[in-house]
Order: sequence, then structure tokens, then C-alpha cells
Amino acid sequence: MSQRAARLALPFSGRTQRVLPGFGLSLGISLTFVSLVLLLPLTGLVGQLAGLSLGEYWAIVSEPRVVASYAITLGAAAVAALVNAAFGLLLAWVLVRYDFPGKRALDALMDLPFALPTAVAGITLATLYSSNGWMGRALAPLGLEVAYTWVGIALAMAFTSIPFVVRTVQPILEDLPHEIDEAAMTLGARDGVAFRRVILPHLWPALVTGTGLAFVRSLGEFGAVIFIAGNMPYETEITSLMIFVKLQEYDYVGASAIASVVLATSLALLLAINLWQGRFIRRLHGGS
Amino acid sequence: MSIRLENIAKHYGPRARALEPIDLEIGDGELIGLLGPSGSGKTTLLRIMAGLESPDRDPAARIRFGERDVTRVHVRDRRIGFVFQHYALFRHMSVFDNVAFGLTVLPRRERPSSGEIRARVHRLLEMVQLEQLATRYPAQLSGGQQQRVSLARALALRPEVLLLDEPFGALDAKVRQELRRWLRHLHDELGFTSVFVTHDQEEALELSDRVAVMSNGRIEQIDTPEALYRAPANRFVFEFLGDVNHLEGEVRQGVLTCGEARLAVDLPDGPAELLMRPHELALATAPSAEAHLPMTVTAVSPVGAEVRVELAADWLAEPWLATVRHADFEHLALARGKRLFALPRRWHRFDDRAARPAPRPSLATPG
Repeated sequence: MSQRAARLALPFSGRTQRVLPGFGLSLGISLTFVSLVLLLPLTGLVGQLAGLSLGEYWAIVSEPRVVASYAITLGAAAVAALVNAAFGLLLAWVLVRYDFPGKRALDALMDLPFALPTAVAGITLATLYSSNGWMGRALAPLGLEVAYTWVGIALAMAFTSIPFVVRTVQPILEDLPHEIDEAAMTLGARDGVAFRRVILPHLWPALVTGTGLAFVRSLGEFGAVIFIAGNMPYETEITSLMIFVKLQEYDYVGASAIASVVLATSLALLLAINLWQGRFIRRLHGGS
Repeated sequence: MSIRLENIAKHYGPRARALEPIDLEIGDGELIGLLGPSGSGKTTLLRIMAGLESPDRDPAARIRFGERDVTRVHVRDRRIGFVFQHYALFRHMSVFDNVAFGLTVLPRRERPSSGEIRARVHRLLEMVQLEQLATRYPAQLSGGQQQRVSLARALALRPEVLLLDEPFGALDAKVRQELRRWLRHLHDELGFTSVFVTHDQEEALELSDRVAVMSNGRIEQIDTPEALYRAPANRFVFEFLGDVNHLEGEVRQGVLTCGEARLAVDLPDGPAELLMRPHELALATAPSAEAHLPMTVTAVSPVGAEVRVELAADWLAEPWLATVRHADFEHLALARGKRLFALPRRWHRFDDRAARPAPRPSLATPG
């Protein structure tokens, strides 16, 4: 084997020419960082659980008050994610397809929930929607109570997770040529049909991913929610609050057990979204 | 179906005028090319015919397809076929579903049965020679194949008007040639009226029954390819339809001079500019009585039916281009650096300022 062929046969030997050198170094640093920031805390969490027997673990995570919190968290997060799917799609559409004064400002505003400390958002929302806040007072005659109900929880979750939908759908929509809808129209498609059969299928993977991310984010939301939730046992307690309560009682093991449920759910969802999306996208790009 | 446009103008904002008021009549079954440089308004005009863009609000503006007034008719109800430059195929649908799309979105009452849709789509795919690729996705096809799919899709609803926006612009030369011939064939066979946009003069002249040459939102001339080439209405049309050599100088007593160059012309005294096509120049080793145009060969390209020769001289701002037969090429022993004389067989002059510019071909036959 010639020297050249040998080099080609060993793509990771570090001898091949790269535009930027230092593959070994950069990969090493990346792995170290991932280990310290992501894997170490996870290991710690699992380590905490090591002292529990399966029965004890089950007793903690299936305690009625905790189970009630699962239902509230999942329900509110699902509502928030669905609302965000609809409005996030609309916002992305408006930001990509139309020109209007203040478009750049609106675009920048989309990231506000990421930038704003979640506790600030929570306090603001709670003040607004409490029975003597602006919105609370306006909604009270209609019989709508937002603060201290699951509606408030969903609202806070929707607030903190809307950028996930907008920011995943937006680039895909930007890549979608305008000619696609024009083509559908020249073929006689009504607006609704064109949207459903031509535009939505393109956005579908991004929309599902964005909605999934928003859902997962909402599952773990704490700061924005607790102020508006009212935190009544069995009614408006979210799972992350249960973890916090356990921590305040110095029950680290119990806290870890509940946290592990949230973690497992989130990871499973993320994995499922990734697998599904990969299959969908391969088709668009010509894989068989 | 015939197409008639009356008073169609388009402004984008108060200052940006895309089209001057245009009247245009296209006969039933005609194939018309809209030819012009970018920004000449040809695509805007096509999109207005399609209904993808609306003309300026003017009570006199009319678009008629046959007897039908479609001025205010939405694109989806105009029953046209439209082909986009970049195909605009639905990437998430197979070739079959793309072609079937127009049929499947018909209102339920008019929609053919799924069996009939299948039969019709397969006939269309057969027509564009893609029946084996029916289950593929657009991303798996070459550019030429994608454009054929897009044509089949546009023809699925049997439109009487087919509009094509630079349909071959994104394809390489050989595929383009093939698709051109094939579009002409489909057009003749199916008998629809076609309008296509192009910036390639060769394509327009080869494919169209008539060509509308556009510039600055105006139709400069609309005529058959022969008439356009032989009797261009003005300087723009002449220059746009092929390579042009310029000769600018002063006329004194029937002789135009420009540096050391001299040419006998039948023109009044004063400055003049003459235009010549490359094939209207002959090359010789000695000047003639009428023409003394000394030049140096700067490049020779012997590819094709004729030899293209680039010529330069001190008295010329831009080099000239001449095409000579291979026999003359050998006879004159042309090579880079060779000095010789150009003998115009024919020249053209357009009076720019005149309201109605007319070509003034003249024969200055060299001996």
C-alpha cells in the first residue's frame, strides 16, 4: 500500500489535511465540557438514587400528591405546547412572509422569553392576572380565573416556550420558495388546500420539533409558573415544585427520585422527536 | 385560445415603473417568446397574464382569454398552466403526486375518479418520458427531469394557455436544447397557446412563432424571428439580437474617418455611427477602394460552422468580431497578431433621436 493510500485509509489518524487543524484537541475539550456540565450532574442524580430500593423508589414517585402534580404538569404543558404550535406558526409566518414597519423589533421581541429571568416573568404574570391585576379584573366578570388555576400555569408555560416554535419554524419557512404556493394556485388549489397539502407538509417536521421542545421545556419550568400557580396541593402543584418541596425538607433522595421521572420523560420525548424527524427529512432530501 | 392585453401597465410604488401601458395580441395556438434583458418587464408581463400579479388599476386595462374577460379573475380560476424557472415542484410528494395535484384539488363534483386520475397522470408521464420515475421524489431527479415533471403537472388540467417563466434558464446547454425541441413538439401536438420568457435571443428566435423584444417595460418590436433579424425596428432590437460591431466617426464628403480608418458612405456630413454584424464583415490582406480599415487579429476561435475572429485597432474603442468560413480562414492564414483589413459588406445605422427610428441598410460592396 502506498503512503497516500494508507493516509486515505485512516481518516481519523490526524494525518489527513483539514482546513482547520486540531480535531483531537477540539473534540477533547468538547467531551470534557459535556462531561462536566451535562453528564456529571446526571450521574450525581443517578448516584442519589442508588441508595433506594425499587419499592422505596416506586413509593416516592407514586405518592398521590406527586401523581396529581404529574397530571397537572403534563396537561398544562400539553395545552401550552398546542397553543404555541398554533400561534408560533402564525408568528413565524407573519415574520417571514410579510413586510411591515416594526418587523425587526417584533423579530427581536421573540427572544425575550429566553432573555427574561423566568421568575420576573412569573411575578409579572401573577400580578397581571391576580384578582386585582389589570387582566384579572377584566376577566373576572366573565367568570374566567387565570391566576392560581391550571390556566395560569399553562399561560406561564406558553410564555416561556413560545420562542422554541417560532425559531424552529422560521428558518424552514424562509427556505420555502414563494413559488411553491404560486404553483399550487396556478393548479387551482384554494388557499386552505394549498396550505394544508403544500406548505404544511414542509413545515411539519420543524413544527413538531418546535412544539416538542416547547413541551419538554414546559415540563421542567419552575420560576415562571410557581408565582401564578397558587401551589394548592392536588390542584395547582407542578412536578418541579414537588422537587423543590422535597429539597426544602432536606429529602435529597426523594427530590432526586421525582427529578429522575421528569428527566426520563424529557429524554424519551427528545429522542423520539429526533428519530422521527430524521426519517421525515431524509425523504425531502432524496434519500430512499 | 387567443390572448389579448389592452392598456396593461404596472408600477411598484409611485416611482418604480415596471411596465408602460402595453397592448398585445396573441393568436390561438401561437408560441410567443418574450425576450429582453433582466429588468425589462418580461416576467412581470407574464405573471400579469397568469394572474400572479395584478396590473395597475385602470378602467381601460383588459386581459382577455378568447372571449373571456379575465382581468379580475383569480389565478386559480384562469385555467392556465404555469412553469417556473426553478420548477417549484412539491418536494414532499412523489413525481406521480406532483403531476396529479391539479386533478386531486378539483372540487369533488368535477374531480375524475382515482382510476381515471391514475390513467391520466400515467399518460402525461409517458408524454414527458418519465413513466419509470413516477414513485421517485423531486430531489432524486436531474434538473431537466424536474422541469419535465413540472411541465406535465402544468398540462394535467389541459390548459389552453401555457405560460413559462424562463423554463430552461437553470439547465445546462445540452439539456436546454433538447427540452426546447421537445416543448415545440408538445406545443404543435396539443395546440395550446404558449408564452415563454427568456433572455436568450437564440432560444427566442429558434422556438417562437413571434418574438416580443422588451426593454424598460416596453415592447420594442413584436415580429417573426426572420423579420426581427432582417428589419429590426430600432437600435435596441438590433443590438439585442446578436453581436454588433460599432464604427463611430466623422463624415466628410461621403467618407467616414475614424483615426486612420476610412470608409466610403452615402451619408450627409457630420458625426455618424455605423453598426455591423460579425458575418457582414469580410477580411482581406489589402484594403479596397471603399474601405480602409486596418486591424490586428487578437483571438481566433475555430469552433463550429464558422471561425470567430476578434479584431482590434488603435482607432477602435471596443474590439470587433468577425465570422469567416473555414476556407477563408485557411486561405488568409489567420493567426493571432496577423494584420489585415476589414471590408464591410453591409452596415446599419439607427438615428437614436428620431421619433420612429428606421434601419438604413446600405450596400458598400467591396470589390
